[in-house]
Amino acid sequence: MDKIKILKRGIIKDNPVFVLLLGLCPVLGVTTSAFNGFGMGMATTFVLFMSNFVVSIIKNFIPSKVRIPSFIVVIASFVTITELVMEAFLPDLFDALGLFIPLIVVNCLVLGRSEAFASKNDTFSAVTDGLAMGIGFTLALTALGAFREILGSYSLFGYSFIEGDGMLVFVLAPGAFIGLGYLTAIFLKIIGER
Amino acid sequence: MAKKESTFSNMVLTLLLITACAALTLAMVYNVTKEPIERGRLERRQAAISFVVPEFDEIISKKFMPSDVSDSLEFNFAYKDGELVGIAVQTFTNQGFSGYISAMVGFYPDKRIYDVVHLQHSETPGLGDKIEKDKSDWSDQFRDFDPAEKDLRLKSAQGDVDGITAATITAEAYCDAIDRAYKTLKENLDEKHFSLNKMINN
Repeated sequence: MDKIKILKRGIIKDNPVFVLLLGLCPVLGVTTSAFNGFGMGMATTFVLFMSNFVVSIIKNFIPSKVRIPSFIVVIASFVTITELVMEAFLPDLFDALGLFIPLIVVNCLVLGRSEAFASKNDTFSAVTDGLAMGIGFTLALTALGAFREILGSYSLFGYSFIEGDGMLVFVLAPGAFIGLGYLTAIFLKIIGER
Repeated sequence: MAKKESTFSNMVLTLLLITACAALTLAMVYNVTKEPIERGRLERRQAAISFVVPEFDEIISKKFMPSDVSDSLEFNFAYKDGELVGIAVQTFTNQGFSGYISAMVGFYPDKRIYDVVHLQHSETPGLGDKIEKDKSDWSDQFRDFDPAEKDLRLKSAQGDVDGITAATITAEAYCDAIDRAYKTLKENLDEKHFSLNKMINN
C-alpha cells in the first residue's frame, strides 16, 4: 500500500479521535491543557508504533485463536516500559498524566490498529500506520487541550495571556465533551466528509 | 503466508514464548529505571523537607501514629549544630475531591507552621490544584500560622483559613491533612522533648 496514503489516512481521513472516535477515555480525561494532551499523544504514539512493529513481525507465528491475548501482552509491555521510562526521566509529565498511562493498555485505538492493520500488513506499512495514527491522535489531543486551556484557564502551553480564572466548565469534564463535539464538527466540515 | 494452526500445543507454546519475552524485557527496563525513579522520589522528598523547615545540617526521621487513622506519619526532625530548628511532617488526607492528598508540613519547634508544600494529589486541574505552590499563592497563608491560637478550618466553617473558589472540598481536605500533622505533633511531643537536643535517643 502507498505509504503517503497510509499517513494521510491516519492523520486526516481516519483521524482516530475526530473520525473514528476511538480511545476517548484519555481524550476526555487528560486534555485539561495543551501540554498534557501533547504528552499523552506522544506516549500513545510510541506504544502504537512499537506494538504495530512487533505485531506485524510476529503475526505469522501466532495461532489465530490466541492472537488477542498475544497482542495485549505486547501492548501492555510497551505501556509498562513507557510508564517506567517516563517516571524515571520525565517525572513532571508522569505526575500530570499519572493514572492515564496504564490506561493506554485498554485504549481501543492501539488494539484496534494491531488487530485491524498490523496483523494483516507488512512491517513497513504497519509502522507507518502506527506513526500516522499516533500523529493524528497527538494532534487531536493537543488541539482539544489547547481549546480547553484557552477557554478554561486563559493560557496556552502554560503561558497566561489574560488575567483571570477563565471559564471553569472547560477545565471540568463537561467542557471536554463540549470541546470534543465542536472540534469534531469543525474538523469534519473542513475535510468535507459530511 | 500460512498462519500457524490453532492446536493446543501451538497455542500454549506461543503464549508462553510471548509472555517470557515480555517478562524479560520488562525486567531489564525495570532494572535500568529503578535507580533514577528512586533517586527522583528521594530528591523530591528532600526538596520538600528543605522547603518547609529553616536551614539545617542534619535530619532524623521517626514515625508516629495519628489518633484518628491507622497510617503512620513520618516526622523529620531538622537540626542545625545539634539544635532543633524545625520538624517536617509528611501528612495526608483521604478527604480530597479525588481522594488521597499528601503534603509536607513544616513546624517551628514552638509548633507554629513554617511552611506547607503538597507532595501528591489528583485534584481537578485548574481548580483544586491551586493547593500547589506554583499554581497559586493560596497555601502561603499557612506561613507562620499558629494552630494553637487559630482554627485550622475554613472561614465558611467559622475557622481562620481562606477557602479556594470552586474547590471548597479540596481546601477543607488540605486543612484536614495539616490538622492531622499538628495534632499528632502535639500528642506525641510534649515540651520536654524539645529541650533535649536529640530527642530520638531517648
